[in-house]
Amino acid sequence: MALGFFSRLKEGLSRSTQKLGGNLSAVFTRRRLDDAALDELEEVLIAADLGPAVAGRVIESFRSSRFGAEVTDAEVRDALSAEIARVLEPVAVPFTPDPARRPHVVLVVGVNGTGKTTTIGKMALQFGRQGLRTILVAGDTFRAAAVEQLQIWGERVGAPVIAGPPNADAAGLAFEALKKGRAEGADLLLIDTAGRLHNKGALMEELAKIIRVMRKFDETAPHSVLLVLDATTGQNAIEQVRVFKELVAVTGLVVTKLDGSARGGIVVALADQFKLPVHAVGVGEQAEDLRPFSAADYARGLVGEGLKLHSGAVVEQGED
Amino acid sequence: MFETLSGRFSGVFDKLRGRGALSEADVAEAMREVRLAMLDADVALPVVKDFVNKVRERAVGQEVLDSISPGQAVAKIVNDALIDALGGAGAVPLNLNNAAPIPILMVGLQGSGKTTTSGKIALRLQTRERRRVLLASLDVQRPAAQLQLQQLAERARVASLPIVPGQTPVQIAQRAIETGRREGFDVVILDTAGRLSIDEALMEEVRQIRAATNPAETLLVVDAMTGQDAVNTAKAFNEAVGVSGVVMTRMDGDARGGAALSMRAITGAPIKLTGSGEKLEALEEFHPERVAGRILGLGDIAGLVEKASETLDHEESEKLALKMLRGKFDLDDYASQLRQIQKMGSIGGILDMLPGMGKLKGQLDESKLDTSVFKRHQAIISSMTKQERRTPDIIKASRKKRIAAGSGATVQEVNRLLKQFDDMSTMMKRINKLGAKGLMRQGLSALMPKGAMPPQRPH
Repeated sequence: MALGFFSRLKEGLSRSTQKLGGNLSAVFTRRRLDDAALDELEEVLIAADLGPAVAGRVIESFRSSRFGAEVTDAEVRDALSAEIARVLEPVAVPFTPDPARRPHVVLVVGVNGTGKTTTIGKMALQFGRQGLRTILVAGDTFRAAAVEQLQIWGERVGAPVIAGPPNADAAGLAFEALKKGRAEGADLLLIDTAGRLHNKGALMEELAKIIRVMRKFDETAPHSVLLVLDATTGQNAIEQVRVFKELVAVTGLVVTKLDGSARGGIVVALADQFKLPVHAVGVGEQAEDLRPFSAADYARGLVGEGLKLHSGAVVEQGED
Repeated sequence: MFETLSGRFSGVFDKLRGRGALSEADVAEAMREVRLAMLDADVALPVVKDFVNKVRERAVGQEVLDSISPGQAVAKIVNDALIDALGGAGAVPLNLNNAAPIPILMVGLQGSGKTTTSGKIALRLQTRERRRVLLASLDVQRPAAQLQLQQLAERARVASLPIVPGQTPVQIAQRAIETGRREGFDVVILDTAGRLSIDEALMEEVRQIRAATNPAETLLVVDAMTGQDAVNTAKAFNEAVGVSGVVMTRMDGDARGGAALSMRAITGAPIKLTGSGEKLEALEEFHPERVAGRILGLGDIAGLVEKASETLDHEESEKLALKMLRGKFDLDDYASQLRQIQKMGSIGGILDMLPGMGKLKGQLDESKLDTSVFKRHQAIISSMTKQERRTPDIIKASRKKRIAAGSGATVQEVNRLLKQFDDMSTMMKRINKLGAKGLMRQGLSALMPKGAMPPQRPH
């Protein structure tokens, strides 16, 4: 199992060093980049969730430039991640609240369990530190204790939380919060929403309603719609982004849970197909663990520090 | 859930069936497509390779190549391999054969649905198995996680362990078992914090919980939308705590379900339950042979019948069936049918179970498959006179206007309903001609005129 680059972002964690050791010798072994080697690389990418089609395309363009060359694993790693970074570069756009908006309204959406509430907590901390007056809105009125979860985050990061009674109408809550935020001169309004599967038409309609209702007060709101995506998600992420984008005009992505073994390769396919900005990545449960998205780092994490070609492996039977 | 895979597979088999004799090259080509279809559906790479190798080995055997319909033979091999990969025939129930209180340990990644699933299992055991269940949250990591389980327990009317701040997960687990023993609970469900498989400290913690409680079941909760990482996660949890069963959640999404195919191969543990909705009742047994059938587009008639028999009103159904057979199906019957369908849950879920739907489903927009349209149809029908319901033919322009006004609908909607009803009547006449056997054999597509629309999309 190759180790995700992102775990290294968590300084001081012993677990990241454990798996790095074994592959150093491979750096000195050269090997011809032939069909078998390219097939192996393709499988590395598939195992990282790029999906067979995108993995195939990356390998094809890699083939055209390097086929037949004598390479070390380290060179392959660098070249392959550079290839992927090229796809990711255009979407590496940090999230910057517009100071002209008071408040800049951010609607945070996604399927269940991707980490919307945690992401909001982290964002509140970071923008709070930059001196922005941030208000959190507990728009997940459905899930048990979701409001309390956001309230605890609010206390942690020192941001006020606007909440309604259980099962309250999220659209009404967002409307009130926007009014209040405007009146109090807040800089940033982060609205949490209940997780919902994108194929549930009625639930998606609810989300569209939140936007419609807010626009009665400020027709430019929301200024950002962030889709939070779990890095362990496979090819279904494409459907998620497609549907959320179509129904609630998603403006950017946040990819969470990159501190695990998941490598989040689906982001490459997403960048390729939708070209939506990826604003940030989540690499842990602490407030500091939300980082800007870096194309180069992400690509390296995908390819894996431990990338190693098994010389002479027969592809179909090869085990990794 | 599995319809895309199902659609791709039937494409492959259609091609094979179209040929008289199969060469090894034909099989190889088919296997390439099977491999791609599986990877696109997020089946784990090592599992795909293994699967394809197994099928290929069997498929190029002389028996298959010499058989009268080799395409059919290959389809059969794939079907068998699928059932195998999914864990063999028959659902595997939760193991409740221990002395009370029986501990059930829930583990998994963050956000996979452990807490909701815990609530669902508790409700199920309490209502179906008549067990006294105690829910306990060991999640001291995520803010308000313990509160979440407590609130779920209240909703499910199941007991939950009082929250004592400051206790470690192991202490909570011990207190839960003690409470279970003292207060005579049959089952104690231990919901743990989500953890990453590479987080050594937290994995050690769950090992200690396991050692302290000796659970009868250690259930790994896995999101059905998981990609290739399913392998790493399942492997890591299995090595650390020994997984005895898997619960796949979010089966009501439109993921292609590859993770479900990988789980057995990686953990050796069966998928025991699946979650398919936000309601606490949305928990189902997992029948590998039925799911395999769905993937191959053979449908899950057994599951559908079961589901129907659980939810439908029998007398009413029989009355309806009789009317259908006689070709005397009117709008009143349609309304009554709508009410029954609504009781069965999502239409997407029902369609999944019908033979041949995989291919058709691509043409349906699933996000629009929404039962609210049935409510509207019921409203429209309620605004009709008895005579109109019995003989819809008499509904012309002015009646339409009145019906639309009465039900808050538009004339177009009324038109659509009538058209749909008309299509349905036509389809029923065709079913009657085919007979039940013909329907089973040819699947739903037998009902469609070649190249025509799928069954009227509700909207």
